[in-house]
Amino acid sequence: MRAPDETTIKAGQTLLSVEGVSLSFGGVKAIRNVSFDIRKGEIRAIIGPNGAGKTSMLNVINGFYHPQEGQITFKGIKRKKMRPHDAATGGIARTFQNVALFKSMTTLDNIMAGRTLRMHKSFFWQLLRYGPAEQEEIEHRRKVEEIIDFLEIQHIRRVPVGRLPYGLQKRVELGRALAMEPELLLLDEPMAGMNLEEKEDMCRYVIDVNNHYGTTIALIEHDMGVVMDLANRVVVLDYGQKIADGTPDEVKANKAVIDAYLGVAH
Amino acid sequence: MLCVKPYSMFCKIFIIPFYEMWELPDIFVQTLWEGLVGGTLYSLIALGFVLIFKASGVFNFAQGIMVVFAALSLVGLHAIGVPAILALALTVLIMLVLAFAIERVVLRPLVNQPDIILFMATFGLTYFLIGFGELIFGGDPKVMITKQLYIPTGTLSFDFAGGRVEMQKLDITAVVVASLMVAVLAVFFSKTRIGRALRAVADSHKAALSVGISLNQIWIIVWFAAGLVALVTGIMWGARSEVSFALEIIALKALPVLILGGFTSIPGAIVGGLIIGVGEKVGEIYWGPLFGRGIESWLAYMIALVFLLFRPQGLFGEKIIERV
Repeated sequence: MRAPDETTIKAGQTLLSVEGVSLSFGGVKAIRNVSFDIRKGEIRAIIGPNGAGKTSMLNVINGFYHPQEGQITFKGIKRKKMRPHDAATGGIARTFQNVALFKSMTTLDNIMAGRTLRMHKSFFWQLLRYGPAEQEEIEHRRKVEEIIDFLEIQHIRRVPVGRLPYGLQKRVELGRALAMEPELLLLDEPMAGMNLEEKEDMCRYVIDVNNHYGTTIALIEHDMGVVMDLANRVVVLDYGQKIADGTPDEVKANKAVIDAYLGVAH
Repeated sequence: MLCVKPYSMFCKIFIIPFYEMWELPDIFVQTLWEGLVGGTLYSLIALGFVLIFKASGVFNFAQGIMVVFAALSLVGLHAIGVPAILALALTVLIMLVLAFAIERVVLRPLVNQPDIILFMATFGLTYFLIGFGELIFGGDPKVMITKQLYIPTGTLSFDFAGGRVEMQKLDITAVVVASLMVAVLAVFFSKTRIGRALRAVADSHKAALSVGISLNQIWIIVWFAAGLVALVTGIMWGARSEVSFALEIIALKALPVLILGGFTSIPGAIVGGLIIGVGEKVGEIYWGPLFGRGIESWLAYMIALVFLLFRPQGLFGEKIIERV
């Protein structure tokens, strides 16, 4: 199954919009009536203090959580409920706040797993490694090697990822998401726990992915410097509500945002 | 000479058995062969466990009863007049339906529950299958339709070192079929897209979901694969003895095999099975008399226990990597 026609949305047009989404777990309201949009080709940041509902928002977009109210329009198709599998087929890839990799598999296999949806030859031929299946495997392998080169992780190709340091694991996870050739890439704190150098590398990759592949990126990040440099537009959440939305400069000057981050004098 | 009558205990344990092996090589070879065949069948059962454990981290207690259920379906279908080959095809279909049903009724409602809950669910499944099987096929033992399935029977014997070694053709078939099955599964797991997806699911559910792997589909595939392995095991075990619910306890024999081989390794299941099979037979013949015989029933567990002390992850199990 391929994603519906991808050419209809041009750069700058709305790729995904979230309208009036509310999500609660029992009595805890994680997200309250939030609306915003993500335009094709931009880097969109979602920021907010801890517990603001950022990751929940990402989980809603990606189909892990189903909001009680509101809807999500992705590529012109309205959905109230999206399953993770549909999100993946539709072209949404993501990384996780606490890396979720296939720890016992090698870097190569992890990234190859990202190609699952793009491999179509029947498993019988794959079993025999013959004819069209072999061709297909080679083709995908080429693509994967390209990503490995891009992320500069050639040296850890055959290492089970469980053994890698955290920074590299994050990079492999990005590689797996890229292998899906997504239209929308969701990054949940891609720079968390990294040192300055690793952060700079990651920033460079994010910008490169955005420039070279034209991938739309939505990212959650705590490092304000990073967000201000990377993002085209920023949406700010606090206690599950949207308190600001605009360019980094606008957001920086917003009173509600300053209050949320620094606290208000009562 | 160290060993003089009356023999010391040391002598009885460490010298005499090996001397006997050396003196009567034909009996030794016969013992080895029988151990090997038993081991192959243990491997098959263990394989069923490994398949499901690999993909869902669940120890499937129901594997034993699945063996019985598959064999009973086959024999039962034939008994009501379905030709053997067609009955085989239908049984494969039944195993597929069973896989779908288990996914829908047992696994899907329990998704994201701790492993222990799923493990308990497989207990429930076991008792359901026992009751359901007895209801449909009755509780009495049945004879496997060996001839009708064109499985060769009879004996092959040849002279060896002054004695005679006998091999059941049935056993040879079992070994060949099991080897084939293992080879196909091993390639399937390491080389195909679905195989990769299976390993991915075993490692992390949410990561697998995020790259678009469908958990439901994967579970159906592994349970079906385990069902097929159960069917082959059922045919082979059934042909050697009989098809009855007593077969279910062979599932317990898979435990030491799994401890030895590692819960996640297909080659491990094979080698583990062979070690247990051969160890059991050789132990019984050469050391059995010292303990008044009958050590076959517990030796496997002893071997596994000793093994556990030195290599808790099993022979080929994935290395336990833990970051602190």
